[in-house]
Amino acid sequence: MLHFSDLLQYTDVFFSGLMTTVELTLLTTILGIALGTSCAATRQYGHPIGQRTVTVYVELIRNTPFIVQLFFIFFGLPSLGLKLSPWQASMIALTINLGAYSTEIIRAGLNSIPKGQIEAAKVLGMTFRQTLTRIIFTPAFEKIYPALTSQCIIVMLGSAVISQISVEDLTYAANLVQSRNFRAFESYLVTAFLYLGLAIALRFIFNQIGKRLFAYREAR
Amino acid sequence: MSLVNLHQVHKYYGDHHVLKGIDLDINAGEVISIIGKSGSGKSTLLRCINGLEEYQQGGITLDGNEVTTEDIQVRRLALSVGMIFQNFNLFPHMTVGENIMLAPTIVLKKSKAEAADIAKAMLEKVGLAEKFDSYPEKLSGGQQQRVAIARALAMSPKVLLCDEITSALDPELVGEVLKVLEQLAKEGMTLILVTHEMNFARDVGSRVVFMHKGKVWEQGDSKTLLSDPQTDELKQFIGAVL
Repeated sequence: MLHFSDLLQYTDVFFSGLMTTVELTLLTTILGIALGTSCAATRQYGHPIGQRTVTVYVELIRNTPFIVQLFFIFFGLPSLGLKLSPWQASMIALTINLGAYSTEIIRAGLNSIPKGQIEAAKVLGMTFRQTLTRIIFTPAFEKIYPALTSQCIIVMLGSAVISQISVEDLTYAANLVQSRNFRAFESYLVTAFLYLGLAIALRFIFNQIGKRLFAYREAR
Repeated sequence: MSLVNLHQVHKYYGDHHVLKGIDLDINAGEVISIIGKSGSGKSTLLRCINGLEEYQQGGITLDGNEVTTEDIQVRRLALSVGMIFQNFNLFPHMTVGENIMLAPTIVLKKSKAEAADIAKAMLEKVGLAEKFDSYPEKLSGGQQQRVAIARALAMSPKVLLCDEITSALDPELVGEVLKVLEQLAKEGMTLILVTHEMNFARDVGSRVVFMHKGKVWEQGDSKTLLSDPQTDELKQFIGAVL
């Protein structure tokens, strides 16, 4: 027999967990994309030393497990005198993780811009910064927007791991509830649907922003 | 003083010696057609004039400025020289109007209203006034190239470099672009064209420069040169393209 009604008294626990996940997701999505954008631009157009630094960062993050990155930041860094709260450590780990993956995605977008576009801007007298922000970014992001959206959702789902360092996120709430009332099936099923809803909502937000950003696509 | 001066310009791509000592003087109001086989260095020569390509020896001056590939110098040069490309290179995410207004607003720091007036005037000039709000993708190749010309003109350049600007066009669209160039030539604009349009070079151009093996092989008044070529190479070339 299933007893979903046993979960009702824990509504506020689920809600607060959901809010923590939402908050961390929104923050790390914004910071991670910003980080990925500057790293991608550095790797594509920057000084050789900058390019190499970005390569090392990207490969280091993409080839190690997220939970190890998280544990290193939360349990490891205090040895160097850097003590972070679970929330801070999660925020940093998620941002660094999304930053690395989005660097590669955004760089593919930058790569897709024909050289002639950059030359056209140059012979019109634009600075490189102006060329980057006015000419390159919009069409570059348009090309990779679906891939970037998916990556942000992957990171949001992956954030479930932060419950391991006792951040009170959605997964933490599910663990807590099922340990109290032993309704594992119901707890995790509800949690799964909450994540599903979150993923759908995130995709919807991305689509709406994309419509604004790439309005020229509809117009042409 | 000449508007553009090239003195003993040498250019190498690695070991490949592309330009072998180019001397060229171009005065304001001239319409220069640079012709020659592919690989003769004519596009490279053109791209050296506004600092898009580096050269290793010799000197180029444009409107009194030394030409180098340094960013700041290229930007300074951009104020007196415009360039039009084979592939138009319009910005796909901007309307025709925005394409033309961008550089006047962010480079020349003109107001939006002023830039819009310039854009409209330039579009009028190339016969596309009604396309102000269209996106480039919606235009034919010939129309896109005319927008690219309008975009270059909006910076009021003293000289316009045209790099095979009709080569990517369907034959029936070439005429509309050449007509715009002809109009500009009549108004006294200095034009330097890398081109395969021999009729245009003869009828509108003032001087033809024939490039061969990285050198200015032969040059002179366009009508005389094309009807009475002196070197065997030019005779052969004219025979092949006409």
